[in-house]
Amino acid sequence: MEPTASLGVQLYSLMSLFDPFCGPVGFLNLLPDGSLMSCGDTGWGDEVARGFFVTVTLALCTLPIGLTIGLFLSLAQQTEVRSLRMAANIYTTIFRGLPELLTIFMIYFGLQIAVREAALALGYASGFDINSFVAGVIALSLVFSAYASEVLSSAFKAIPKGQYEAGYALGLRPGKTMRLIILPQLVRIALPGLGNLWMILIKDTALISVIGLGDTLRQTGIAAKVTKEAFFFYGIACLLFLGIAMASSIVFSKIETSVRRSGVNR
Amino acid sequence: MSAVSELIAPQPAPPAKATMWSPTRIAGAVLLGAWILAGIALVAWLMGAWDIAKVQTYGPKYLTGLATTLTLVGISIVLGAVLSVPLALGRMSSNRVISALAYGYVYFFRGTPLIAQLFLVYYGFGTYRNELEALGLWVFFRDAWNCALLAFTLNTAAYQAEILRGAIESVSHGQHEGAKALGLTPFQTFHRIILPQAMIVALRPYGNEIILMIKGSAIVAIVTVFDLMGETRRAYSRTFDFQTYIWAAVFYLVIVETLRNIWAKLEQRLTRHLKR
Repeated sequence: MEPTASLGVQLYSLMSLFDPFCGPVGFLNLLPDGSLMSCGDTGWGDEVARGFFVTVTLALCTLPIGLTIGLFLSLAQQTEVRSLRMAANIYTTIFRGLPELLTIFMIYFGLQIAVREAALALGYASGFDINSFVAGVIALSLVFSAYASEVLSSAFKAIPKGQYEAGYALGLRPGKTMRLIILPQLVRIALPGLGNLWMILIKDTALISVIGLGDTLRQTGIAAKVTKEAFFFYGIACLLFLGIAMASSIVFSKIETSVRRSGVNR
Repeated sequence: MSAVSELIAPQPAPPAKATMWSPTRIAGAVLLGAWILAGIALVAWLMGAWDIAKVQTYGPKYLTGLATTLTLVGISIVLGAVLSVPLALGRMSSNRVISALAYGYVYFFRGTPLIAQLFLVYYGFGTYRNELEALGLWVFFRDAWNCALLAFTLNTAAYQAEILRGAIESVSHGQHEGAKALGLTPFQTFHRIILPQAMIVALRPYGNEIILMIKGSAIVAIVTVFDLMGETRRAYSRTFDFQTYIWAAVFYLVIVETLRNIWAKLEQRLTRHLKR
C-alpha cells in the first residue's frame, strides 16, 4: 500500500473513533437494530453520517479559500487605481448576480469541457471526470468571496484613516500596518457579517448534491428513495443543517467574546 | 505693533503627481485586461456558435422559462409578505408561547437550505399520499409548481418576518410616545407613524430578499418545474452546447442588475426627505 493511502486510512480510522453518529460512542448506536437510522447494513445512520461529514468538510475547505480571495477583492476595491477597482467590481457583480446553482453547473460542466479539450489537445483520449467535490469548492469559493469582499469592504470603511496614519507615523511599512493594526480591528468589525456568510455557505453546500456529491442532502435523498420514507429522511437532513447552524452560532459567539475582550473598550 | 510687512511670494503650483507603473497599477491593468479579453472571447465564441435553428427552438422557451421564474417569485413574495405580518407580530408578542412558536418557525426556515425545504414538501408530502387524498389535498401536492410555491412562500415569509420585525423595532420609542400624546389610537399609530418609518428601513432588505428569491428559485428546475434554469437544463441535455448556460447567466445577470438599479433609484426617491 502506498504511504499516503495508508496515512489516509489511519486518519480515517482515527476520525471514526470520534464519530458522534456511528463511532464507538455514537448516539445512533443506541437505536434498536431494525430502525431506519441505525448504523451498519440495516439502517441508514452511517450513510447519512458520511454525507454530513462531506457537507462539513466542503464548507470548511471553501471558507479559507473564499476568505482569502474576498480579502484581496476588498483590498482591490479600496485602491485608488481605477482599473483594479473595476476588475474587482466585475467579479463581485457576476458572482453575486448569478444563482448559486447556475454557478455550480457552469463550473462543473465548464471544467469538464475544458479538461476534455485540453486532454484531446495533448493527445489523450477522453475519460477524465471532474471531481464534484473540487468543482463544488471552486464554485462556492467564487460565490463566498464575492459576498465576503462586500462585508470586508464595509468593515474597512469603518476603520478611521488615522489608524493607517498612526502606523505610518510609527515607521511601519504598509504591509506591516495592515497586518498589525488594520486586520485585527477588521476582524472585530467584520465578524458578525462573516458569521452570516458562513451560515449561507453551509446552506449553499446542499446545492452541490445536484452534481452528484454524496453530501447530507444526497445521502438522505438516496435513503428516502430506497425506503420510501421521504418525509422522515428529508426531515433528518433539515435537522442536521439546523444542528450545524446552532453549533456555528455557539462557536461564533465564543469567538466574538474572545475577540471583543482583546479589543479596546471604547 | 507688528504688522505684516511682506506677503509670501507666489509659489509655483506643485508638480503633477507622476503616474508611475506601481504594482497595483500593473495588477489592475492585467486583471481588467483579462476581463476584457474574456468578454471579447465570449462574445466572439457566442457569435461563432450562433445557430439560428437553436435560437428559434430554444429562444421562446427561455422566455417562457423566464416568465415562470418571475411569476413564481412574484406570487411567493406577495404571499410571503402576507404571512410575514402575523409572524413578525408573533415574534414581538409578549406572550412567551406565541413568540417561541414564531421564533421556532423563523429559525427552522432560515437555518435550513431552501432546497431541503423544497424536497421536504415535494417528496416528503408524497409519503402521505393516501392521507392527503383522503383530505382532498393531493391535487395540490401532486404538482411540482404548487410544492415550489408553498416552499418558497413559507421560506420567504420567515425572512420577511425578520425584516419587518427589525424595521418596526428600529423606530424609536419616542415616536410611540409622541403618537400617544397626540391621542392617536394604536392602529392609527401603527398605520400613520410606525409603518411609514419602518418601511424606509426595510426597503433595502426587501430588495435583497427579492433578488435572493430570484436566484434561489433556480432550484425548482430540480423538481421538474421548467423555469429559466429548467429550460436551460433541458436545452443543455438536448444539445450539449455550453452556450445554453451562458445565455441563462446573461438572463439572470440582466434581471438582477435591473432590479438592483431600480431599487437603488426607488430608495433614492423615497428617502430624499432624509438627505441633507
